[in-house]
Amino acid sequence: MEPILYTITVHSENQVGLLNQISIIFTRRKLNIESLSVSASAIKGVHKFVITVMCDEETVIKVVKQIEKRIDVIRAFYYTDEDIVYQEVALYKISTANLLEIGGLEKLVRKYNARVLEITRTYTIIEKAGHTDETQALFEALNMYGVLQFVRSGRVSITRSTVEHVDRFLEKQEQRRLAQE
Amino acid sequence: MSEDKISGSEILIRSLMEEGVEIVYGYPGGAITPVFDCLYDYRDKLHHILMRHEQGATHAAQGYARVSGKPGVVIVTSGPGATNAITGIADAMMDSTPMVVIAGQMPASMLGTDAFQETDVVGVTLPITKWSYQIRRAEDIAWAVARAFYIASSGRPGPVVLDFAKNAQVETAEFKYSKCSFIRSYDPFPKIDDAQIREAARMINEARKPLMLVGQGVKLGNAEKEVIALAEKAGIPVAETLLGLSAIPSEHPLNKGMIGMHGNIAPNVKTNECDLLIAIGLRFDDRVTGEISTYACQAKKIHFDIDPSEFNKNVKIDLAVLGNAKETVPAVAALVNRREQTEWVKSFEHAETAEYEKVIKDEITPEDGPLRMGEVVHCVSEAADNNAIVVTDVGQNQMMAARYSTYRNTRSLITSGGLGTMGFGLPAAIGSKFGAPDRTVCLFAGDGGLQMTEQELGTIQAYGLDVKIILLSNNVLGMVRQWQELFFEKRFSETDLVNPDFIKLAEAYGIKGRRITDRSELKEAVQEMMQHKGAYLLEADVEKEEMVFPMTPTGKSVDYIMLNRNETYKK
Repeated sequence: MEPILYTITVHSENQVGLLNQISIIFTRRKLNIESLSVSASAIKGVHKFVITVMCDEETVIKVVKQIEKRIDVIRAFYYTDEDIVYQEVALYKISTANLLEIGGLEKLVRKYNARVLEITRTYTIIEKAGHTDETQALFEALNMYGVLQFVRSGRVSITRSTVEHVDRFLEKQEQRRLAQE
Repeated sequence: MSEDKISGSEILIRSLMEEGVEIVYGYPGGAITPVFDCLYDYRDKLHHILMRHEQGATHAAQGYARVSGKPGVVIVTSGPGATNAITGIADAMMDSTPMVVIAGQMPASMLGTDAFQETDVVGVTLPITKWSYQIRRAEDIAWAVARAFYIASSGRPGPVVLDFAKNAQVETAEFKYSKCSFIRSYDPFPKIDDAQIREAARMINEARKPLMLVGQGVKLGNAEKEVIALAEKAGIPVAETLLGLSAIPSEHPLNKGMIGMHGNIAPNVKTNECDLLIAIGLRFDDRVTGEISTYACQAKKIHFDIDPSEFNKNVKIDLAVLGNAKETVPAVAALVNRREQTEWVKSFEHAETAEYEKVIKDEITPEDGPLRMGEVVHCVSEAADNNAIVVTDVGQNQMMAARYSTYRNTRSLITSGGLGTMGFGLPAAIGSKFGAPDRTVCLFAGDGGLQMTEQELGTIQAYGLDVKIILLSNNVLGMVRQWQELFFEKRFSETDLVNPDFIKLAEAYGIKGRRITDRSELKEAVQEMMQHKGAYLLEADVEKEEMVFPMTPTGKSVDYIMLNRNETYKK
């Protein structure tokens, strides 16, 4: 099986050390995490990790099962790019002097659908949201001005699924709790 | 009373009592002193066994848990106390043993300052525990203990660590205890899927040459009777993993023995001949499968397990049956046809006979030469009416004890399987005796492993424990030496041991001992050991060149089996 980029989403309780619990599962298999983002989810008290990793499907299945096995993890899933809508944000810092000297910023901003966030006498900060290839293309285009700093966020993603599996799992668990009482 | 505030240490101890804990294994030290101080007031209700090393405390707790089915509890101090417990925690994780380890920790205000005896215990233990949690406030203790016991003993059991900050031990809080029976992110009782049950029954009914493999999951789920009933109804021959041994009585006509590297020939060979492999509560360890690419390729495979992460982890399976074997196995049994598979069962005989003639006979009834490990084990097993709890260390002694003991009752073999921890035996035997005080406990250890935790002879002495220690002594690290002879051109690198006088050592601890070197003394010496009231060390000097056979070398298929140094099994 060829390695491809998988997006793993992990829904967990908001506990100290959760990231460590998850990351050691990758470390043990010598899998490099390509990107990571952690945030609140739509469900109160539930945190969501979005992790991208290059590997084959057999590996990603095993990794997801091991993640799900951690007590404080509610559910974990893996997706290919087709299963999800996803986005990343990139920031670029370039020299204002170079910008004024070379020119052509308006064209770039229009072409790449980017935004200018801040301009000072020394630097200009540009922002672009998109897929990696898009933010990378802007990085390369901006190289003519000399990019002083560049950063790209981890991927954030939402599934195209018509079923909200985490909600369903929590409902099932709630029924189990009620049945116990 | 619940209105009054009590110290965190007392909350811990009363929480343990709420969980039905009667015995804890441990070792005091700075950061856990408040707990031990409080234990002093409760010493009549909660018995603390003072081991001689924290590793010993964990293995004793494992032995206790494995024979009794109840979680083993360990209390140690921070820093070195906790790090010394790591080996036992890792062992319990590999062998799914319910255990709760409470480790002292620096006060919360000092954490992260590299304080005296501070170690990041949660960080260190995360990969080797089912759950690891730091308690920083007295208010959280009862909650954390309840959760720890629920997690350790439900679903697939495992070790839990509570890292107990010293400030929480001395601060006060109200004590209200309620047992944990629900964690929303955790489902240890997966609902049985009827489709899986029906499909499993259909596959069993269609099979002409089914083979059932039983792992420790059957014991952990208390599903021994259910598994035997399924095997008997469908006439399926059964074999066990090392940790599955004793789940099925040795003398049961369908019991075909142990699978794996040093298992019995018949079930290993039949693994690659059967048309259906029914694996219950096991994890297809590499010592069981041999070369995985050639493992049972001809067979359909059903895997019963409570842990979904085990499905397709090592071996590709055709059907997963998720759930406790106690529920899934009888549900399948209800749908299978009653039949006898006389011819298939009979086909095991060729390999059984070959193994007896080529291996077993010379091992248990040799006519000349030095004492052999197998005959010692066999003699002890018989003298104990085949009903002892057999505890082993790791290595040749372990394989010989497992192979040549006869089991009548479940939970009768306590051994370190997954981690293969030398030094496990002696402390595990101590815990086993506390867990089953009415049963005879026989430890088989080698001279290497015994010396890794021999300080626990002091624990045996202190508590007057009746543990029979059978030391299979050959002055070498036998299993490593075996590999050196077979696979490393007899380059015996660092496997010779210069040993102390073990009988004098035992005597120093007030333990009666006897050394035998000749076959003529064996039976009488074993009798003497069995009749002796109290601990006894029987040192049997065995041949240093002895090897454990049959053997499937690493990288070979399960049906490639060495019978001795020169011969392999031919079908």
